[in-house]
Amino acid sequence: MLSSAPRKMNSGFVAWLRRDLLLAYRRRGEVASPVVFFLMVSTLIPLGLTPEAAQLEKVAAGMIWIMALLATLLSVDGLFASDYHDGSLEQMLITPQLLPLPILGKVTAHWLTTGLPLTLVSPLLGLMLSLPIDGYLPLLCSLALGSACLSLVGAVGAALTVSLRKGGLLLSLLVMPLYMPVIIFGTATVNAAVDGLNWLPPLAILGALFAASVALCPLAAAGALRVTASN
Amino acid sequence: MSWLSKLFSKLFAKWLPNESSSWQWFYRLGSPKWFYRRSGQWLPWLSLAALLVLATGLVWGLAFAPEDAKQGNSFRIIYIHVPAAFLAQSGYFIMAIAGAIGLIWKMKISYMVMKAAAPIGAVLTFVALFTGAVWGKPTWGAYWVWDARITSMLILLFLYAGVMALQYAYHSIDAASKASAILALVGTVNIPIINKSVDWWYTLHQPATIKLTSAPSMHMDMFMPLLVMIVGFYLFYGVALILHTRNEILRRERKTSWVRELVNAKAGL
Repeated sequence: MLSSAPRKMNSGFVAWLRRDLLLAYRRRGEVASPVVFFLMVSTLIPLGLTPEAAQLEKVAAGMIWIMALLATLLSVDGLFASDYHDGSLEQMLITPQLLPLPILGKVTAHWLTTGLPLTLVSPLLGLMLSLPIDGYLPLLCSLALGSACLSLVGAVGAALTVSLRKGGLLLSLLVMPLYMPVIIFGTATVNAAVDGLNWLPPLAILGALFAASVALCPLAAAGALRVTASN
Repeated sequence: MSWLSKLFSKLFAKWLPNESSSWQWFYRLGSPKWFYRRSGQWLPWLSLAALLVLATGLVWGLAFAPEDAKQGNSFRIIYIHVPAAFLAQSGYFIMAIAGAIGLIWKMKISYMVMKAAAPIGAVLTFVALFTGAVWGKPTWGAYWVWDARITSMLILLFLYAGVMALQYAYHSIDAASKASAILALVGTVNIPIINKSVDWWYTLHQPATIKLTSAPSMHMDMFMPLLVMIVGFYLFYGVALILHTRNEILRRERKTSWVRELVNAKAGL
């Protein structure tokens, strides 16, 4: 793979990142839907649970994290789907670049258009679910790191199910168990801060999970795409 | 995955075979026909051994092991619960290793072993969860408690379910095998992380009783039958895996002449 002519290592990364961001910009409505979903589900919680602030603040961190997870899961399904259908995925597979780099570019674009907006609106949700004031900064930090993990792991699932007609539900089945460490440490970060404890250790573990996913998930997704996209 | 096999042959060049060497058995094992014939010879002995060891362990554990001071006779479910939980976990690794062998050496038979291992592992995980719930009622007063080990086992069940679902989602056998092998490998990397996170999330459960490094904290009279049962479960797992794999071989090779001959011979044609 590395043998042919020398080339810039990041070329595939930047090109695919730019392309996916441009596509997202042209379809702004689609980009907004995970955020709208995130906001809408948060309305269900007081309706289904209780409107009392004292009880809401106990579940706020966990609920925001679960909703962020679901919003990511809904959008990660389309990560490779349109490329698969219009044939540009085939082009990506036959380029001489290292395949994990374009994939990392696509995942970065996905995070910039899903995880980052979710992170930025999360304080609003914190306010609506009466999250104590100490929880806001940890919520922002943990969601920024954690949603990147969710996008990366989700990319592996999306790559495994790209050629299936009803891949979306299967994708959530495959990926959900792998998301559990992220949700454990994500909520732990916020809850530690709310309880007045040091919230940096769980955040550091979230960072470690992110580092591991950056290193391994594009490789796994590349292997998966080579298998599934040709079938 | 070609780079993986290249890396592997570079690393193990010294031990890999040239033309004919002691590695021949490994390549023979890759032939479904050879495996089918050979496993047919192993199966009666392995089944007999599994039967004997399981019977010994069960009678010893259920009738002769001393009663627990606190839990009375209800602790005896440990002789099913712990071996099932053991095998459920190692079954996932067996499945993933079989998948990795398939990806690296493109060996047909290992994909079949991987496919066979998934439902067996899932059933053992369910048995571990079910016996745990039955044991939990008299011990904790509830069938279901969200503690670390139960949660880890439940997540393991989901991981098995994912591999099985992916296996059945593809029509092409090749895509199904490779995709679920990759998923099994991703799961293998994740299992220690998931278990550690869940442990960290909830640390109220009793500490692990059987450790390979230190002496068991169970009494020897209770521990020995458990050890026998674990060995018995491993043997039983082997029998079940071989039976499932043989089924899969017949299904996938049904169009080959040797399977037809076999079927005709059985049917008396």
